[in-house]
Amino acid sequence: MFWNAFLIALREIRRNPTRAFLTVLGVIIGVAAVITMVTLGRGATEAVKSQISILGSNLLVLRPGQGWGGGGRNVPLFNLADVQAITNQVPGVRAAAPMAQTMAPAIHLEKARNTDIHGTTPPYFGIGNWKINLGRFFDDEDVVKGNPVAVIGETIRKELFGNEDPIGGKIRLNNMTVVVIGVTAVKGQGGFGEDLDDNIFVPVTTLQRRLNGQRSKQNINQIMISAEDGYSGDEIIASVTPLMRERRNLRGNEANNFSVVDTRQIADAVSSSTKVMTTLLGAVAGVSLLVGGIGIMNIMLVSVTERTREIGIRLAIGARAREVLLQFLVEAITLSAVGGAVGVALALGLCTGISKLIEVPFLFDPKINLIAFGFSAAIGVLFGFMPARRAARLDPIDALRHE
Amino acid sequence: MNQAVEPLIRLRGLTKTYGKGDAAFQALKGVDIDIAPGEFVAVMGHSGSGKSTLMNILGCLDTPTSGSYRFNGIAVESLNPDQRSLLRRHALGFIFQGFNLLARTSALENVELPMLYRGISRKERHERARAALASVGLPNKERNTPAELSGGQQQRVAIARALATNPGTLFADEPTGNLDSRTTREIMELLCNLNRDLGITILMVTHEDDVAAYAKRVVHVVDGLIDSDVINEQPMSGQGPGAGGQGRGEEVGDLPEH
Repeated sequence: MFWNAFLIALREIRRNPTRAFLTVLGVIIGVAAVITMVTLGRGATEAVKSQISILGSNLLVLRPGQGWGGGGRNVPLFNLADVQAITNQVPGVRAAAPMAQTMAPAIHLEKARNTDIHGTTPPYFGIGNWKINLGRFFDDEDVVKGNPVAVIGETIRKELFGNEDPIGGKIRLNNMTVVVIGVTAVKGQGGFGEDLDDNIFVPVTTLQRRLNGQRSKQNINQIMISAEDGYSGDEIIASVTPLMRERRNLRGNEANNFSVVDTRQIADAVSSSTKVMTTLLGAVAGVSLLVGGIGIMNIMLVSVTERTREIGIRLAIGARAREVLLQFLVEAITLSAVGGAVGVALALGLCTGISKLIEVPFLFDPKINLIAFGFSAAIGVLFGFMPARRAARLDPIDALRHE
Repeated sequence: MNQAVEPLIRLRGLTKTYGKGDAAFQALKGVDIDIAPGEFVAVMGHSGSGKSTLMNILGCLDTPTSGSYRFNGIAVESLNPDQRSLLRRHALGFIFQGFNLLARTSALENVELPMLYRGISRKERHERARAALASVGLPNKERNTPAELSGGQQQRVAIARALATNPGTLFADEPTGNLDSRTTREIMELLCNLNRDLGITILMVTHEDDVAAYAKRVVHVVDGLIDSDVINEQPMSGQGPGAGGQGRGEEVGDLPEH
């Protein structure tokens, strides 16, 4: 009985392929939209996560104050002694490095560029997963002596030096001149869209003494900490927190005036927000799929009216009511399933094209394809039922007289 | 009346009322009739006489309000719609004034339609449909759609469709109403041959006397009751007077193509 109904349904659809196509256009677009949104959304989420992980894995960031703002006025920053303490006293810390940050115009000959200046120590390069392309990183001696040396990022090299050999070149930063001793390998975009190669690294002591002009040693904005394998971020946080509370003289009932965050937590927070976006987009696309189903229902209703006489003939020559119902239901399901299949194929093309365009990885997810396709078939059942039932309930005598 | 053969169709006190209360209209007011297998009956009457209602009930497309209808011993009035569908599917064939073929569908597919519902295999469907089309004189028109066939040809396709399931009984509702006189003759001769050679019982509604002349029995319906029931001693047929059993005459397959 089902096979019969399927054959009859196919025959009917083939009779008018143009109308069939227009009927399922809504479903095709809906399915393609849902799949494309969700797939690209997942790709974006993964991209963000991997970009954040470029910063280095198992990385913790210690900042003053609570939250991202990095503290209000009266919150003390960190100093080098803090960095030492963490390196030596906290179990599971592979390395800790300070990050003192400022912005300044970097000038070389006639070229100038506003950029971020980071003052740090050699362990930072290992923590942050930096590789050197030309020259070398600065070493402990450079830090101790406060040498005016700098390691520049690829963007700086390109903008200020062009085809010139950067090593040995001089860059003026405010009231100080540094000599380039190294260029880092390209890192690309960070998790927040910033250009990671638009950087100049100098020894933290150089920054403190010569650039900032302040004599204060308590001017480190961040401490980066990398954990040894086998130690979780939570463990390190649990050890660093009491240490810092003690060093900053916080009493038992006072809240922390600093925060330790695992970059993985940052990655998760960002990716969960993109996931919400993806779900939202997918839901909107799902609405369009629903509208496509309504389109099918309308056309099926019209079709039943147009084919009243035909239904009468079928009933007269011995079709049972439920066989007529099945015929129209199968027609609706076939239409919507075919539309779903075309939508899946279309989505494949769209994802491939768009992912290249917006530079988001294309992660093929069979699950969403199956769900969307299943949905389209379900739409056929749902929206095909009412017209089918109407067809089956026709009185053969009246139907034969129709038209 | 030959009591030894159980009548194929037996109606007793059949009534049909449409509407309720003051608006009620009694189309049939108590019809009694017996029809034996192999008969060729013409049912006549003016519009509004109830003849169409009677045919619809006889053809199991409608149910009586009261009374009994026994078809081959089955009490049709107590069947549910599904069962009536099955009865139509297996035991009855229909042809209509408007031919009622599926549009944009080939003649072969049209003839196959009832067999499709019977679940008959593709190969057998094809063969029987071809044979049926050949037996009504249209062996080369298998692929034509109704739009590509004349009225007479369409009616023949409809007859082939009705025959394809080997029904015992054929219901014809003004089968020649839309045909010219020559085609009418051809169709009526076809029906006569079917009745004579295959023993198919034919119940035909018509309002034309010269069409009713082909039948062996003429029943007049007036105001919801049977007014007269007359045996036609000399029904018309393609071979001249005295048709019953005298010689074979033309084979159905020799009918000239339109």
